[in-house]
Amino acid sequence: MNFGFTEEQDVLRAEVRKFLDENAPLDEVRKISESAAGHSPEQWRRIAELGWTGLIVPECHGGAGLGAVDLVVLLEETGRTLYPSPLLSTTTAAAALLAAGSDAQRARWLPALAEGAEIGTLAFLEAADRLDAAGVELAGEREADAYVLRGEKCFVPDAGAATLFIVPFRTGPAPEDLALAVVPRGAEGVAAEDFPGMDLTKRIGRLTLDGVRVPADAILGRPGRVWPALARTLDFATAAVTAEAIGAAEGALALTTEYARNRIQFGSPIGRYQAVKHPLAEMYVDIESWKSLCYYAAWALDESPDEAPRYVSMAKAYASEAFARIGIDVIQLHGAVGYTWEFDAHLYLKRSKWVRPMYGDADYHYDRVAALGGL
Amino acid sequence: MDFTLTPEEQAFRDEVRAFLDENLPPEAERTPEFYGTWQKRVREKRWVGFSWPRDVGGGGASIMQQAILKEEMAKRKAPPLGTCFMGLAWVGPAIIEYGTEEQKRRFIPDILDGAYHWCTGYSEPDYGSDLASLQCKAVREGDAYVVNGQKIWTSIAVWSKWIILLVRTSTNPRDKHDGITCLLVPMDSEGITVRPIKNMSGGALFAEVFFDDVRVPVENRLGAEGQGWKVTISALAHERSSIAEVASLMRHLEGLVALARECTRNGRPALHDPSVRRRLARLETRIEAMRTNGLRYLTKQLKGEPLSSETSVNKLQRAALEIEIGDMAVELQGHAGPLTRGASPAKADGHWQHVALAWPEVVIGGGTPNIQRNIIAERILGLPKD
Repeated sequence: MNFGFTEEQDVLRAEVRKFLDENAPLDEVRKISESAAGHSPEQWRRIAELGWTGLIVPECHGGAGLGAVDLVVLLEETGRTLYPSPLLSTTTAAAALLAAGSDAQRARWLPALAEGAEIGTLAFLEAADRLDAAGVELAGEREADAYVLRGEKCFVPDAGAATLFIVPFRTGPAPEDLALAVVPRGAEGVAAEDFPGMDLTKRIGRLTLDGVRVPADAILGRPGRVWPALARTLDFATAAVTAEAIGAAEGALALTTEYARNRIQFGSPIGRYQAVKHPLAEMYVDIESWKSLCYYAAWALDESPDEAPRYVSMAKAYASEAFARIGIDVIQLHGAVGYTWEFDAHLYLKRSKWVRPMYGDADYHYDRVAALGGL
Repeated sequence: MDFTLTPEEQAFRDEVRAFLDENLPPEAERTPEFYGTWQKRVREKRWVGFSWPRDVGGGGASIMQQAILKEEMAKRKAPPLGTCFMGLAWVGPAIIEYGTEEQKRRFIPDILDGAYHWCTGYSEPDYGSDLASLQCKAVREGDAYVVNGQKIWTSIAVWSKWIILLVRTSTNPRDKHDGITCLLVPMDSEGITVRPIKNMSGGALFAEVFFDDVRVPVENRLGAEGQGWKVTISALAHERSSIAEVASLMRHLEGLVALARECTRNGRPALHDPSVRRRLARLETRIEAMRTNGLRYLTKQLKGEPLSSETSVNKLQRAALEIEIGDMAVELQGHAGPLTRGASPAKADGHWQHVALAWPEVVIGGGTPNIQRNIIAERILGLPKD
């Protein structure tokens, strides 16, 4: 029995933290996130060399061949410094290829994702903002062996930076009549751009497909049979977002705790007052708790798939709800300085706003927990 | 991460399961005679005081064996292992760690057998959360301490034969913790008066205990004079994975789901109401958070790292859950919510109304939630003491 990390995972954490401490302190994060690209292409090459972009890609396709638990370690650390990069999106695209792709398809795209030559993303959501199979309305029209896609994907993570889109589309009227296309940014009829957003460290955008022809060899899995693989991919991405939120919330707690130790009012550090220390203790309780749920969810994704959906949903529901609260409390506990652009507190509030809806908010996941529990 | 058991652990789990198959009938078929036999059988297996050393009559179990036993017992809703619950929870462990051989011989077998109850004399009227400032006084006179003072919130004092008592033996110590001594006192000693306190559920589980020139032989002192604080709060090598608490909360939650099926909102089962479903899912999520937090504590213990303040996380989670479950059960019953036993509209003859008023026993006892928050803020986050 061991619900802890291996020595290798501890080493991975230390390496990731070292790179980020050296290259991406918060002032650097601000510069990167305010750039047009929203990430640092130079650092992207380096983290690819460090193996982050191919962490879950099998070794035979140029990756590290690790699992969801290892990814949690990586993302907790990138979350801690609100690191802006399309790492989570690219990993999600790789997860989709692993879940639904044939050997040939994996061999074709995974090495490029692992090397960082391609930036991938899963373009699931549409304007209706639904996470179930019925939420995919984008129609694919059959044309000989190929499908022609016409329509729009909304809320696409890193749409502006992505070069490879995994695009679910509809092939028939039943909810699960879906297929999954791999669409390169350069294909004719593809346009993608980021929306302006609160959290500059996280980009979300729109993908427009104007008669984009997808050849048969770029369709993952069998049309009409792809939903289970897609659902697994969504669970994987949900766990990843939840893990990154752990790091971000711990960063917020550390910042605020430090402030409470040093800020003197009424002749004493404000952290001596229970009105300040108790909310901080509550943050700790919540972070530790969704951390445990997230670790278990990641373990289940790797080792016990039947248990995974319930734990993924519990972890994300908890994280969505608690991190939203933490984001607001962090500003309040700082007082006026927390409201300034210059001070870092608002970066965490804005991250909490990005995390909350991502792959389902608390209500969505509590509903899913209720349904999975047979209520 | 790896949740597989070693072959030895699997064998032990199978042994427990086989025992339960043979000795534990379904809940509805458990007669009063069964409970007596049960205690005898589990005592024979040395599952009472399972973590205690074998030479005092315990089971000498590893942390992992303790967890497996608790888990299997909880799954089958087995009765408690042993009946002297304060003796098993902290009096026994303190005696094993600090007691003389004579004290061990005298008390440990009785605790394991459940021969009588122990109660705990810690809190005083003026010193509850600030326990280390306690004032109940003991003065050495020859071979005895003479105790004067008062304790309060002493659970099951009325039917206990012994009390583990914290007294002040030095009024002028360097540190307030240093002047405290631990005594083991028979409740029938001359000069002890017990006055039950009616609690808000109408029961009288706790009491005030008065000490008026009570003579306690020096041989009944546990640990050295002035060592009392350490004796009572010293980290005990308990398995602290919250398994039993999680199992009990899960049972409450199952009951609550059944209640939500039975109660109606706008003419439909309350369970169809999205807000009810979400609240239930939220409770389930928090209970699972406790369970998985517990798995992390257990892992830490298995690695030989002592647990300390982090267990306040689950204490806070549990406190919130105990309150919320009872409160929701009452709310679901609408206008029958505030009715009690004997009122026909109250479901389960007022069971939930009782639950809704009984939470302070676990929420306040052992440190209020605000004390737990102080512990986390000061000892884990490093904020200044207030």
